[in-house]
Amino acid sequence: MKNANELFAALLELADDHLVLGHRLSEWCGHAPSLEEDLALPNLALDLLGTARELYASAGAIEGRGRCEDSLVFFRDEREFRNCLLVERPNGDFACTVLRQFYFSTFMKEYWRRAKMSASETIRGIAGRAANEASYHARYASEWTIRLGDGTRESRSRMDAAACELYRFTGELFLSSDAASACERDDLLPNRAAIRNEWLEASSRIIEAAGLDFPKEEFFLEGGRQGKHSECLGHLLAEMQYLQRSHPGAKW
Amino acid sequence: MYSQALDGKVAVKSESMDFLEEFQKRIDAEEKIEPMDAMPAGYRKTLVRQISQHAHSEIVGMLPEGNWITRAPSLRRKIALLAKVQDECGHGLYLYAAAETLGVSREEMTEDLLEGRAKYSSIFNYPTLSWADIGAIGWLVDSAAIMNQIPLCRCSYGPYARAMVRICKEESFHQRQGFEIMLALCRGTDRQREMAQDALNRWWWPSLMMFGPPDSESRHSDQSMTWKIKRFSNDSLRRKFIDATVKQAEFLGLDVPDPDLKWDPDLNGGEGGFRHGAIDWEEFRRVISGFGPMAKERLAARRKAWEDGAWVREAARAHAAKTRSANRRDSAVSS
Repeated sequence: MKNANELFAALLELADDHLVLGHRLSEWCGHAPSLEEDLALPNLALDLLGTARELYASAGAIEGRGRCEDSLVFFRDEREFRNCLLVERPNGDFACTVLRQFYFSTFMKEYWRRAKMSASETIRGIAGRAANEASYHARYASEWTIRLGDGTRESRSRMDAAACELYRFTGELFLSSDAASACERDDLLPNRAAIRNEWLEASSRIIEAAGLDFPKEEFFLEGGRQGKHSECLGHLLAEMQYLQRSHPGAKW
Repeated sequence: MYSQALDGKVAVKSESMDFLEEFQKRIDAEEKIEPMDAMPAGYRKTLVRQISQHAHSEIVGMLPEGNWITRAPSLRRKIALLAKVQDECGHGLYLYAAAETLGVSREEMTEDLLEGRAKYSSIFNYPTLSWADIGAIGWLVDSAAIMNQIPLCRCSYGPYARAMVRICKEESFHQRQGFEIMLALCRGTDRQREMAQDALNRWWWPSLMMFGPPDSESRHSDQSMTWKIKRFSNDSLRRKFIDATVKQAEFLGLDVPDPDLKWDPDLNGGEGGFRHGAIDWEEFRRVISGFGPMAKERLAARRKAWEDGAWVREAARAHAAKTRSANRRDSAVSS
């Protein structure tokens, strides 16, 4: 297969994004602000983890070294993880969780929509369902953004803080690694930079409807695609991976 | 003579013998009692207590298993566990809704739980210390819950009975999932088998306690049976559970931690059954009274979620009110 190494690496980036965000959302389970959100947040997590499974399975098959989803999830160290920095941000309060989801899903909704036109049948297959799910996630997060921005003085101030805190991690959504760029050139994956205008337009519309100020940022953080993460990822992985690693070779 | 508001808040003024007899006739004829029907105050109170305790158990029950979502040993197990805990939240919601038909609000019930006035199943006050505990909870705790709940699908109160039909279907899926986790461990490495045995050792007795105190001490049983809220006694359900589960433990190659457990061919009308050793009812009373190993942590976690979420719920209410009044304004302007 042409570009097999690049496609493997690019699918891994996407899979890690979905896994890490799904894991973060799963941390809410049992602790959400209402029972309705205790149902909704695991729903988002289940969608993301389901997409991650498909992406790891495809990546593993393309790599051809016999690595299954669990070898990729549980036996890579933090420097080998390729998720963007935004998804690993700790949950913080509900405002941070909502804004993180809003920034990410507003991007992924458009990304997966375009990926349905991929030259790769595998990617088209994954994108079909993922596009619907991302679209629902974006709607969920948008509705909460408006509700909390408009709600009370406290909710507005928390949303303002969260919007500013997380905005500096959004620049990385539009950057493609070398591997992803190669796949984009061959129309296997959508061009990330080309989604920027659409994302800016969609997110500023919602942020305006929420009565919040669109954040200004002079400097965007990046590095996740090169395995240069923030310190929080290592703790997430330590928790996630410990059982597999303390029982090497065991089946679960 | 009686009068009753639709929300059930107005108490029955007096319950004549005629009224009580008529009500009992409906029960005996297996008619379902529905929210708008007249019912004795005691019937209503018993149901509110039972359904809300059941709902609280589902919600508190999310915590011990939730403790392993982020540490599940495979992606498949993580997804299954997350979906299971989410199901429990859904059960809690149906049950709160069923209790609300009796005139008590979810907020009131939540406050009762958080203030420590309401009880929930004692089993959730034990800690989950290894991955095998997730298997043991599915296998034992969900299985005990099913034994308790299948008869509730025929409970005389319609909304509760209907909620239980769906809940039982999902519980039975959870039970199989738990057994499958145990099976994988028992077919695995020595350390995994030890983990499974240790989990059975710790969860066996608390699971037997889930059926409640022995019939000789059960305070609420007789009246609940007459009203057909409850159909079988605590002890008979407990025996049924033991008979089914001991065989499953044998299949798994695990030892049930009861040296006095023995087969008695004369039980169950000659079909045979297991006699079990003495249950530590002192421990049961301690745990149900709020002194279980994790009791304080469980309530603290629920309180924290409730308090941390207060600003979110308040904002949602404020936004809804603004939207409503804006809609009213818009329609006033356009009309």
